[in-house]
Amino acid sequence: MSVWTFKGGVHPLTKKFGRKASIEKMPIPQRVHLFIAQNLGKPPKAIVEVGMEVKTGQKIAEADGFVSVPLHSPVTGRVVEIKKQKHPVTSRPAEVIVIETTGDDEWIKLNPAKPYEQFTPEEIVKRAQEAGLVGMGGATFPTHVKLSPSKKVDILILNGAECEPYLTIDDRVMVEFSEEIIKGGLAFAKAIGVKEILIGIEENKPSAIDAMKRVGGPLGIDVLKLTTKYPQGSEKHLIYAMTKRIVPSGGLPMDIGVVVQNVSTARAMYRALELGEPLIERGLSITGEGVETPKNVIARIGAPVSELLDFSKVKDEASRVILGGPMMGIAVNVLDIGIMKGTSGITVLTDNVVKKGTETNCIGCAMCVRACPMGLEPYLLYKMFKKRRFNDMMDTHLMDCIECGACAYVCPSNIDHVKAFKTAKNVIRALRRR
Amino acid sequence: MKLTLAPAPHIHSPFSTRRIMIDVLIALIPAGILAVLMWGWYMLVLEIGSMVLAELLEFFIMRVFLKRKNFWPDGSAAVTGLLLAFNVPAGIPWWMLMVGVFIAVVVGKEVYGGIGNNPFNPALVGRLFMYISFPVAMTTWPKVDWLNFSRAAFNLQTTATPLNVIKLHGVTAALQKFHNLPLNSFLGIIPGSPGEMSVVALVGGFLYLWWRGIVSYEIPAAYIGTTFILSALFWMANPSAYIDPVTAIMLGGVMLGALFMATDPVTSPVTAKGKWIFGIGCGVITVLIRYIGAYPEGVNFAILLMNALVPFINQIAKPRVFGVVRKNG
Repeated sequence: MSVWTFKGGVHPLTKKFGRKASIEKMPIPQRVHLFIAQNLGKPPKAIVEVGMEVKTGQKIAEADGFVSVPLHSPVTGRVVEIKKQKHPVTSRPAEVIVIETTGDDEWIKLNPAKPYEQFTPEEIVKRAQEAGLVGMGGATFPTHVKLSPSKKVDILILNGAECEPYLTIDDRVMVEFSEEIIKGGLAFAKAIGVKEILIGIEENKPSAIDAMKRVGGPLGIDVLKLTTKYPQGSEKHLIYAMTKRIVPSGGLPMDIGVVVQNVSTARAMYRALELGEPLIERGLSITGEGVETPKNVIARIGAPVSELLDFSKVKDEASRVILGGPMMGIAVNVLDIGIMKGTSGITVLTDNVVKKGTETNCIGCAMCVRACPMGLEPYLLYKMFKKRRFNDMMDTHLMDCIECGACAYVCPSNIDHVKAFKTAKNVIRALRRR
Repeated sequence: MKLTLAPAPHIHSPFSTRRIMIDVLIALIPAGILAVLMWGWYMLVLEIGSMVLAELLEFFIMRVFLKRKNFWPDGSAAVTGLLLAFNVPAGIPWWMLMVGVFIAVVVGKEVYGGIGNNPFNPALVGRLFMYISFPVAMTTWPKVDWLNFSRAAFNLQTTATPLNVIKLHGVTAALQKFHNLPLNSFLGIIPGSPGEMSVVALVGGFLYLWWRGIVSYEIPAAYIGTTFILSALFWMANPSAYIDPVTAIMLGGVMLGALFMATDPVTSPVTAKGKWIFGIGCGVITVLIRYIGAYPEGVNFAILLMNALVPFINQIAKPRVFGVVRKNG
């Protein structure tokens, strides 16, 4: 079996500590902290007030337009507070709904719940939005939008690459819930009307590859083994590795006839269709050198980071807590925030593995150029950034940067390219709006 | 538990500038040891002395003149010093080498603002200065005296290098004077600069760097390949005036230049395509100077000339941006 990949990329130590740890179900937390803005696009509008009783699965925020999904209460309890808190993704204050649990777990499910074959394509798309589904690999783009391509699509790819170091949840989900993923994938394929379904998995997850082949193989679903390389799970690079099709600059996968969905999203789709469950819980890894026992858990959305960390026993030496993996995840120092739909893991690093060191002069070693999966020249963009030449940066394809962090990872001079590029992108977007 | 905040990525590869420079020094150790075995302790004094002086100069300039309070040596000056010591005749008076190190580090590097900003390879700037200032000392090559540590290298009998003899007297004379020239130049048993002697030691060091992922193969491949092909053309036209291409790439500074000087990250292009252009240019200029110019060897000039073209090469040799269709083909 051949192994598939793309050009560029880096090889950080994979450190998949938790790959043998079976998924455990987290006890329902006492309180959940729900950011209303959990998806890309427009955040939903809250429809609850302080003091209201809510049930598990009850809608508490309504989708605001097409590129938006509703939010559901992950627990049965009472809304005790609606407050502003710094949102880890945007770093701006954002509304948080705090719900205190009463101890029961009474569900309000979506209707009807029946085998996925009995849904029409339109009903599947509608259900994806009703259930609040978003891309669970971390991008949190509303699933139903991806299921409504305006162009002809002929391939569906299920993304099981999980190229971020440390994270193991997609691996475990593929091993333990293979059938749910395959059924969710078949539902996706039905919704967009494609015959060909491919699953891409990095070769360091042999049991996931076996499990998906065993279940998907008889149904004509191809499992492709991918090189273990970061960022193999990036949508554009996954598509290129598996189909040799290239997403045009500034374009979308559907422009070349492909739709990509994460394997965990496929599982959530299955549960939304056949069990009527909205997206109120997700699997995530609690891992890193900073925890005693790396774990994979299924936790309610909004469960506080602190409780999840207690569950895995944090070491005293822990010096960084990251929502997501170490390459693209976001560091937090306030632990009473709740996990979100896009939180695929909590990585806790100790001081000795955290990147540090002061920036020194660029020596032109070109490691960043070799590492960049987009074929950009990070060293050059950074030089322009230092001179505030934002227009030149735009002409040098800054907007094609996927912010994967490969350049900053390899840079021997400790330059933080990604931070600079994010700033520059914001400046350019602000200039465009004027 | 004290939590820190920083932007992603939160982990880093084991590479740092200092680690790279230490690896380069490690890669140069075989050639350095060989030089000591050939000429005795004096060579070791030159090697260590120029490394130490280069580092001291850089530290002093950074801390005192440029007021960089957090500057700590990264080893790049030591690489410059060692490469310069490799590039001068073994018997050179120590003070001349010290002058060369001063020029290399101060004029070749620090006046531009230190590492990363110098357009020319500092060691080659220093060597060129010495070549012009001390023409006799820089072309007086002591005979190799294996494992004789007691005598000072000053007093060694001097000789001409094979390239010199070929230039002045032709190939036949050179092959008479130097027995087994191809084999001995491969092993390094011929007169010349101490660091450029042994192809085995240099290639071994380079392979270490390549295995570590620090250098890429394009520049050496292009440089040595071009020198080989052009030398072959000259040789086929007139085998009595020009040496065969296999020996040609092993003589003089081609190996040291192609493997360790032209590959200096600061003064070479960034993309694979750029590196090929750079290497081919170095090869063409080297052969033209050797066979048509007035000097017996042209590596020094070739690399410096191509260094000057690097900003231009970086402009024309861009990587292919993923998903962008190029206009105008």
